[in-house]
Amino acid sequence: MLHIVNKSATERSTLESCLRMATKGSAVLLIEDAVYAATNGNAAAAKIQAAAADLKIYALGPDLAARGMAGRVLDGVNVVDYGGFVDLVAEHSNCQSWL
Amino acid sequence: MSDMDEMEDGSGIVKKFMFLNRKAPHGTVYALEGLEVVLITAAFDQDVSMVFTDDGIYQLMKGIDTKGIEVKDFSRTYRALEGYDIEKLYVDQASLDARGLTEDDLIVDVTVLSVDEMANLMAEQDVVISF
Repeated sequence: MLHIVNKSATERSTLESCLRMATKGSAVLLIEDAVYAATNGNAAAAKIQAAAADLKIYALGPDLAARGMAGRVLDGVNVVDYGGFVDLVAEHSNCQSWL
Repeated sequence: MSDMDEMEDGSGIVKKFMFLNRKAPHGTVYALEGLEVVLITAAFDQDVSMVFTDDGIYQLMKGIDTKGIEVKDFSRTYRALEGYDIEKLYVDQASLDARGLTEDDLIVDVTVLSVDEMANLMAEQDVVISF
């Protein structure tokens, strides 16, 4: 399953809800303000790194760049472009957006 | 113009305005709208403080490149605030710490305040407007 999160983890609890529900081997794609969670020093960084043991974590590159965060991405997080976003949706049988 | 006239038409009265920015720049329209309102207020010669806390700190990041998401990059506008006599920019240390950031990561010179200092600054305002 592909989980998509778009809200900042330092403002909303959707990333936490997602990580609680995501089963082993699932993919989590961070877009829009959710990408901050995948940056060095963010309060949510430890949660992302712990989750990366069981989940594949992706972050949308254009959203990182638009926030000045392109050079601060955590190790273990895969940066994808819009084409990669489409591929992730196509590769997984189902998808949940944590609005 | 006498003092009484000034009181009646409201001109010449300077109030302390704080604009409190707590949202990241592109996920919502708050940051851009807040910036527009600050620039309007500056035209009325008021005592303006701009405060960035929580995710609002992210509005001031260096190295923003919005080409990929095809929206306006308004981060440069913060550097123009000085030209509108808006020179009181504040961030709080705790918000920087929670995001792994330091003053050096920001595009403008700011004053970094402790929580207590920020609370006192807020308490002494005539008007607080939040975005």
